[in-house]
Amino acid sequence: MSSSVQPLPFEQPIVELHQQLAELESGDESSSKDVRSEIKELKKQIADTTQEVFSNLSPWKVVQVARHQNRPYTRDYLQLVFDEFVELHGDRHFGDDRAILTGFAKLDSQRVMVVGHQKGRTVKERTECYFGCAHPEGYRKAMAKMRMAEKYGLPIICFIDTPGAYPGVGAEERGQAWVIAENMYEMSRLKTPIICVVIGEGGSGGALGIGVGDRVAMLEFSYYSVISPEGCAGILWKSHEFAENAAEALKFTSEHLPGLGVVDDVIPEPLGGAHRDHQQMAVQIKQYLTKTLRDLTSTSTEDMLDNRYAKFRAMGKFLEEAEA
Amino acid sequence: MSTETTKRAKRGVPEGLWKKCPGCNETIYTKTADELLGCCPECNHHFYVSGKERIRQVLDEGTFEEWDADLMPTDPLQFKDKKAYADRIVSEQQRTGLNDAAITGTGMIRARRVALGLTDSAFIMGSMGSVVGERLTRLIERATEQNLPLIIISGSGGGARMHEGILSLMQMAKVSAALARYDNAGGLFISVLTNPTMGGVAASFASLGDVVFAEPRALVGFAGPRTIKATIRIELPEGFQTSEFLLEHGYVDRIVPRDRLKSEIARTIDYCGK
Repeated sequence: MSSSVQPLPFEQPIVELHQQLAELESGDESSSKDVRSEIKELKKQIADTTQEVFSNLSPWKVVQVARHQNRPYTRDYLQLVFDEFVELHGDRHFGDDRAILTGFAKLDSQRVMVVGHQKGRTVKERTECYFGCAHPEGYRKAMAKMRMAEKYGLPIICFIDTPGAYPGVGAEERGQAWVIAENMYEMSRLKTPIICVVIGEGGSGGALGIGVGDRVAMLEFSYYSVISPEGCAGILWKSHEFAENAAEALKFTSEHLPGLGVVDDVIPEPLGGAHRDHQQMAVQIKQYLTKTLRDLTSTSTEDMLDNRYAKFRAMGKFLEEAEA
Repeated sequence: MSTETTKRAKRGVPEGLWKKCPGCNETIYTKTADELLGCCPECNHHFYVSGKERIRQVLDEGTFEEWDADLMPTDPLQFKDKKAYADRIVSEQQRTGLNDAAITGTGMIRARRVALGLTDSAFIMGSMGSVVGERLTRLIERATEQNLPLIIISGSGGGARMHEGILSLMQMAKVSAALARYDNAGGLFISVLTNPTMGGVAASFASLGDVVFAEPRALVGFAGPRTIKATIRIELPEGFQTSEFLLEHGYVDRIVPRDRLKSEIARTIDYCGK
């Protein structure tokens, strides 16, 4: 774990063990037999503690992990999962929204189009990308590149990681509601395979604007929700302080979403979360994408589109009186 | 104002006989407004009208046949905020006489058969949960099969319904996908935006019309004005997120006053040869 990682409060026991380990390892007697066995014991303890903390995360803690500053972002996966990324800019109407990255990429030998939210790591980048909150030009850019992918037979991979679409005057003036609707509408019928992976925050319409696909997966400690827990608490509990209660009530973690029929697959994270081991997380994602693309490309386009429609068509729960 | 109400009550005037218009602040005779389809005789402010009244206004008399009225909301998450969603459903049903926020069916508009759907903003803010999504999807699928023009009149301050969590969000994708298939089949979809049309309803079926009409001065947008204000901390421009604002920015085809809606829909159907 790199020292720049800001530990979350509940990670404190793990951090302390790591510090002990570092002290032992850098001590004068680190090569003595006793210390070596102590180190071994401590490493086991770290693994056990990490396992224990992360196997019992409350939904609110999952939100904190999903928002962790060292969690890998789309740009990290572009480097770690793909052999090449050729960024394509601009929506041809207004600008180049930095909150959504788009471009050609190579997944081993398979050429694909990648579309993904980018939150930004440095202060400068975060400001440029509005912390991953896209404007209409971001969704338009995404759709323009996805249409191109359809034209040239490239499968599409979407990485979802946004607190939500940007709420602002310009965003409303340029049709935020319109572009999100348009993207879902078009993605439902694009004649090329689409895989969507929620890698961190799946924030509402802002997520769904690049979230309609043949397979929808989520990382183990990501969440996908109709509204942020803070937003929900503000409306239904009348105070943001109830965000933890809202997180509990919304059932938006990988524990519940597959059972609700919204998420097809959960991609396991390395011990202690993706922020502890970007490389390992990338390996898991790559395996998932490779396997899933193989499955999808073995289906005819017509069947694929029917399956895509049927998948979303089946979502929702209601009661219906049996026909007499 | 509460004091006026008290004064009037003392004079024995039945409650609701008069109302104050938020558009011009005039006190108007409720019956006059009702005769004007729920509009102010002084300033043409468009008041809320219920879904059932809306159907009476838009369809030829006695032609409405409701579809999927037997779908009932359930509580898939066992959601509970200050109040349990299961209890909220029951109290909203009793209060509004609706079993959920959408009404769908078929009927005639000046002798043209159409598929008609609407959301009533009285039922949990007109928000879209599973029943709203399913009713609209079935409506769109039937319109596709029967080659009917499709009219959806939206009113929703709530967008996607929080109490059904992610399932509500997914109704946006489900309804939009059904509309894409309807479009593939050459269907004509006229979307009518009424006050208010916000959030996940605006960001799905409401904005996907081949033709988009809006009632005058309706609030329409993605993010709520309060959220925007809290995020960017500036005063919002006058008329922000109104029908007129959206027309100016290119997102609405026509602003249609309520008394013209029926004939404007009929005319559009004729132009499109449906």
